[in-house]
Amino acid sequence: MEKKDQDPESKSAKNISRRGFIRGAGLSTAGSVLLSSNVLAFDYREHPAKGKEFGPGAMTIKMKVNGITKSISVEPRTTLAAALRDHLGLTGTKVVCDRGACSACTVYLDGKPVNSCIMSALDVGDKEVTTIEGIAKNGELHPVQEAFIEHDASQCGYCTPGMVMSCVHLVENNPNPNLEDVKDATRGNLCRCGTYPHVFKATLEAAKKMI
Amino acid sequence: MDTRKEKFPYGIPGHNLGEIEREIPMEEPPVWPVNDELKVIGKRVKRIDALEKVTGKAIYTSDIKLPGMLYAKMLRSNVPHATISSIDVSKASSLPGVHAIHLIENAPKEGGDGGTNTYPMVKYVGQPLGGVAAESLEIAKEAVSLIKVNYEKKPFVIDMESAMEINAPIVFDAPITQQQDGGDVGETHDGSKGEGNVRGPSTSSFFGGPRGNLEEGFNEADVIVERTYRTQVHTHMPLETHGVVVDWGADVMTVYASTQNTAAVRNEMASVFNLPKSKVRVICEFMGGGFGAKHSAGSFGPMAANLAKKTGRPVWLMLDRKEEHLAEGNRPNSIQYLKIGAKKDGTLTGIQQRSHGTAGVGLGAGVGRIAQILYPCPNFATEQYDVLTNAGPGAAWRAPGNVQGAFGLEQAIDEMAEKLDLDPLRYRDRIDTSEVRKVERQRGAELFGWSRRQPPGSSTGVVKKGLGVGQSTWPRFVTLDSSVEIKIHKGGGVEIRSSVQDIGTGTKTIIAQVVAEELGLQVKDIKVNIGDTFFPVGPGSGGSVVTGSITPPTRNAAFEAKMALLKLVAKKWETDSSELYVEDGQVGHKANADLKMSFKEATKLMRTSQISKIASRSDDYGGFQQPWGLAYGDLGSVQFAEVSVNTETGFVKVDRIVAAHSCGRPLNIGQLESQINGGVIQGVSYALYENRVMDNGTGHMMNANIDQYKVPFSMEIPEIETIIVEEYSGRSSTDAYGIGEPANIATAAAIANAVYNAIGVRLYEIPITPSSILKALRNVS
Repeated sequence: MEKKDQDPESKSAKNISRRGFIRGAGLSTAGSVLLSSNVLAFDYREHPAKGKEFGPGAMTIKMKVNGITKSISVEPRTTLAAALRDHLGLTGTKVVCDRGACSACTVYLDGKPVNSCIMSALDVGDKEVTTIEGIAKNGELHPVQEAFIEHDASQCGYCTPGMVMSCVHLVENNPNPNLEDVKDATRGNLCRCGTYPHVFKATLEAAKKMI
Repeated sequence: MDTRKEKFPYGIPGHNLGEIEREIPMEEPPVWPVNDELKVIGKRVKRIDALEKVTGKAIYTSDIKLPGMLYAKMLRSNVPHATISSIDVSKASSLPGVHAIHLIENAPKEGGDGGTNTYPMVKYVGQPLGGVAAESLEIAKEAVSLIKVNYEKKPFVIDMESAMEINAPIVFDAPITQQQDGGDVGETHDGSKGEGNVRGPSTSSFFGGPRGNLEEGFNEADVIVERTYRTQVHTHMPLETHGVVVDWGADVMTVYASTQNTAAVRNEMASVFNLPKSKVRVICEFMGGGFGAKHSAGSFGPMAANLAKKTGRPVWLMLDRKEEHLAEGNRPNSIQYLKIGAKKDGTLTGIQQRSHGTAGVGLGAGVGRIAQILYPCPNFATEQYDVLTNAGPGAAWRAPGNVQGAFGLEQAIDEMAEKLDLDPLRYRDRIDTSEVRKVERQRGAELFGWSRRQPPGSSTGVVKKGLGVGQSTWPRFVTLDSSVEIKIHKGGGVEIRSSVQDIGTGTKTIIAQVVAEELGLQVKDIKVNIGDTFFPVGPGSGGSVVTGSITPPTRNAAFEAKMALLKLVAKKWETDSSELYVEDGQVGHKANADLKMSFKEATKLMRTSQISKIASRSDDYGGFQQPWGLAYGDLGSVQFAEVSVNTETGFVKVDRIVAAHSCGRPLNIGQLESQINGGVIQGVSYALYENRVMDNGTGHMMNANIDQYKVPFSMEIPEIETIIVEEYSGRSSTDAYGIGEPANIATAAAIANAVYNAIGVRLYEIPITPSSILKALRNVS
């Protein structure tokens, strides 16, 4: 498995990510509230360019999304998810928990899954963003998408984009996953309809077809 | 003659399949044979909107963006009980980017429970007080934080047992009525009876009232089981929150809604704004889950419309995760006392049930009818009380009442079996008269390997294994006000229209299957346009009514359109339309194989550009148990659970569930499996994980998010195997019913019984947590 900590600068104490905090907070509650540190998305720590001050007004930034570079005008408080959904019309990325706990907002940053709801749009910089809309190439579905359709792996469909992103990342990086690998890859993805069994089946089938 | 007689398949294939003669309306289509002989029905047909879902192209309400649209945020109370003396919006209204603020006020003259105050009395944390529309969601949020609400706080009560005490703060000092989308489906809970916060009891259902004489029943009993069971409050947490986008045009108010009932939302909005129903259009093309909580326009619907009215612009108003937990529904908790008596041979002689539950400021915390009807018993009585507390209102959730009720009843039955020295499954064979559950027990036990079950507590080692079973029933409800329009276009193309929505169960797909089967076409040839109240009215997606309500009119409309088309072909071929058939995209002649024409060619014979037929739901063949749409038969299920309990850590893992279900004629096997998986997983969650944690000192919910509101993720998903038992009863032109509620009822009881089998100590309360397991184990050692 890849190392979760992608950024060498993140060792410093000031970089306690919001999700890291939440994870700690989750342990302290009582009753039936159990561990929920099951988010897979990689930690991209915030490290804004030093010496510059932004905001509070909107500013124009460039962002490369699904192979196309676009200019958007966003306030510094804009999350990557909001930039994609509200400014670029890419509404396949869903915001469900709005705090990095459910992976519905998963997109790739230079190929690595991140939670776009807790990432600043300004922190994307020159990294390339891939969203669910960029997974099918030239009108051809990814084998994971094909398999999701074949095995009825979506119900209401609201978690599906995030699920597809997690499962595509798995099969692209592990040519021969087993069930535990699929569970591991989707361990941060919340589905309330209960699509998990069909998601597992679909992803394993897709991986087989890709060999 | 307006009717004719036909013979329908009747019974369970592989078990007791026979025939029954039914008298059916003359205009309805001929009987369908069993699924084996059909081409599209009962098969694994791919979901017709899956492509949009897997590519991110499906547009949900939350995704809608209209020109000039504003974003709105609700203002909500942060105290549990208070009168509002004033609300200061001056800072918020001067924030750049804010376009309108709307505060909820008491209707003039009405006063209500708020007395002479301008604003309604606050009864729970999260109660809607107003809303702000702004250029962006961020600005709207900021504006809401700048509004100052001055409260005159009052005593409050959060915990149900405290609320039942004589001196408890009173939540409502007046009679209240059940909200439209509240709690236990089909039951009315009387909020005027009772004392203090305890209202009721409800003692009867549409299956009747008390039966026989309990005292005599218990006197006849050789064995008595008497227990109290507790279940928690939990919240629906659909991934897409409640919300709307309102576009109030000059002529029509268009409401894009994340709803499981477009028609109900239309009716509510028309009523609130005094508009004719024809001037309100509710649209829901895709929606991100509801599970019972999304039948209403709520307060967010009228709020968005008021803000749209004030600004003259479309308004987007979707709730955030916290609001969803606080104010948009939950399954009420329960404390259930259950007493069961049986003779030595197991015959039940008496069932007594008494329950208390809180739906917060709402009613509807009954525990259903399962104790009343699952097993025949001559002596039965129930008293179900609603307890009012200062917490968010409950809402229907997948088999309202029955899920709580099954948790108690099915454990009590297990305990009775043990006292009688009978295997729990064999005991159910003895007392259960349902034919379909008999088959489910047989097939389920075989697949599950029930014979592996060891005596309770006999599993050795630190991690103990246990097997358990739970049963359920759910009535076959039908919404009679269900209609469908079909259009066959000249030159090809078939379109279906209804206001019924697809909440993720696959309604669009089963409609397409029914039409494809009837017209001899493929599913891909059918365009299903639903979720729009400008189309003929369809049922709400609740109570597992949709399949049984909408597929018969769908087939009937398709049949009528087909007959109209075949008449044109018959005229051309100079024959009678009754001699013609459609199959594989062709129209043919039964007696003359040379006469063939493609369906598309046939449509070119049309004089008009389309054939349009609207059909409505007729009564079931043979009638209903209750004329309002309580059909005969039930949706019986049996679920088996295998668990591992770690006796050192207290962790329970559900390893495997075998779920055996019936839903009349199954329409789409893949989608049924999906829905059963979902019901089971929510049942696992109910049994082991989720719980609304309230702070009794402040009235705030402590885990109103996703990271601390524990539900199963991939790591907690058991292996789930489904068995779908075909059961024919010749009740409609499709003879099909839903599976949404049944899938969720028996799971928690099956798990609790399995946990008992593993550790030899019974747990009477859910969620079963590591802490409760460890406490229980200490009790025995």
